[in-house]
Amino acid sequence: MDTKINNHLADFPILNQEVNGERLVYLDNAATAQKPLAVTESLNHFYQTDNANVHRGVHTLAERATEAYEEARDKVQHFINAAEPAEVIFTKGTTDGLNLIASTYGEQNIIAGDEIVISITEHHSNLIPWQQLAIRKHATLKYIGLTEDGELDLVDAAKQITNHTKIVSVAHASNVMGTINPIAELAQLAHAHGAIMVADGAQAVPHVAVDVQALDVDFYAFSGHKMMGPTGIGALYGKRELLERIKPYQFGGEMIDFVHQQDSTWTQLPWKFEAGTQNIAGAIGLGAAVDYLTDIGMNQVAAHEQSIVDYLLPKLVADEDLEVYGPHDPAKHTGVIAFNLKGVHPHDVATALDMEGVAVRAGHHCAQPLMAYLNLVATARASFYLYNTQEDADALLAALAETKEFFNHGTGEVK
Amino acid sequence: MGLAKLNSLYREVILDHSDHPHHKCHLDDVSKEIELKNPTCGDVINLEIELTDDDVIKNIGFTGEGCTISQSSASMMTDAVMGKSKDEALKMAKTFSDMVIGKQHPQADLDELEDAAILSSIMSFPARIKCATLAWWALQRALLNQTGTGEG
Repeated sequence: MDTKINNHLADFPILNQEVNGERLVYLDNAATAQKPLAVTESLNHFYQTDNANVHRGVHTLAERATEAYEEARDKVQHFINAAEPAEVIFTKGTTDGLNLIASTYGEQNIIAGDEIVISITEHHSNLIPWQQLAIRKHATLKYIGLTEDGELDLVDAAKQITNHTKIVSVAHASNVMGTINPIAELAQLAHAHGAIMVADGAQAVPHVAVDVQALDVDFYAFSGHKMMGPTGIGALYGKRELLERIKPYQFGGEMIDFVHQQDSTWTQLPWKFEAGTQNIAGAIGLGAAVDYLTDIGMNQVAAHEQSIVDYLLPKLVADEDLEVYGPHDPAKHTGVIAFNLKGVHPHDVATALDMEGVAVRAGHHCAQPLMAYLNLVATARASFYLYNTQEDADALLAALAETKEFFNHGTGEVK
Repeated sequence: MGLAKLNSLYREVILDHSDHPHHKCHLDDVSKEIELKNPTCGDVINLEIELTDDDVIKNIGFTGEGCTISQSSASMMTDAVMGKSKDEALKMAKTFSDMVIGKQHPQADLDELEDAAILSSIMSFPARIKCATLAWWALQRALLNQTGTGEG
């Protein structure tokens, strides 16, 4: 196990506690990540020394707050390799960013008979905005299916994306299947048919190095809280040419140029899309999270998580009492592992694991069409991050063994 | 054995009901029917009730998928309300909903619930209260002719 990364455990005081009398093993990182001291301290520092509104005042605190806010934007720009800071719009999170595109680019470009193509694995946040847009515009929403081992089917993608397609929107990494989707290939397909490519990066940006220019995506949305930043902040990347062309959909302070009684003009990018006072502290906290991850190195983060998957996945797959979803080849699987213990409902599994201190998610993971496609009601899901260790993987395995014993053979008063 | 704590939730009677649920079937004569979902987990219950002319539950059956707690709760609910009047059944649903969030009720009310009273233990597992109440919510909504959409 990588000592450099294990040294970072001390940066996460929340992990140093017991729940239900057991060491906390936090394996719900796909839902939200824990925050290092560097992030919580950046929030305190801002509120205790620099707090003021941005882009408005001429006083010193306003200058400092504006500088910190825009510096955070620069950090995010470099983190995802956007061409310029103006291509980074601060949002509330992935859902907000995807809704922004659907409500602006989508609303202004989709007409009756057009197609929007997504994949069957999409989280509701990259599904419902497009579904509702399609309903409003009498457009068609189409789904790319999966191969037998749970990967996005590029052959099917080539069939679904046609000359009628205007928007293709797919998750960069699945929050259920544990796969990384071939966004660059999909972008090529989309562009060849004159469509734009949108990627939902919520499960990718925290875990792998992302280069939006190399992927050649037109829009890319992600959340701060899954990458150790605060909740309520995220970012939307968009190519300048597209962002210039679309009209804003939220109006108010900060985003205007001139306001007359009967008309207004909009300020330049990126502020055109940031109406009203933004989550200034959140953006600064996100900048601190970017610094934290950059300092470790995203390749290092990815390698650490891969080492846990290499260790754990084959053991889970080999267990005949478990059903493991997504590819069984560890090289094709991220640290998001959905599974079911045969004969035991995932809610019962999650309660049992919680009694052992192991925090996992159980449910439909905001992906009901995927659950229906896989003919499942729900699954349990363990998801790992850079502060998790092989010991955590062992704790999961041990707790699963006890859970199995409890429900199938019984302990205590249970038969 | 950390899981010894689980015995307080998964009592033998609860596991018996989930392994061998009572009245898990469709009815031939249906007066009231409802499908209710727990949107947080995807659990579904389909409840069918046959009422007599004077609103007594003559027969009741459920189908659907769910966890140990929701399945056993549904099974215990059907046992408890069989043969009861509509008003009695609604009162029992209220007693159950109150019981699982810790509101006090006279012992006589709890006795009415039969096996279902054992689910008072769910209080210690707040994340699972909805699993226990799904069947009783379905009963209440079906008897009051409310729709099954939305919150479960």
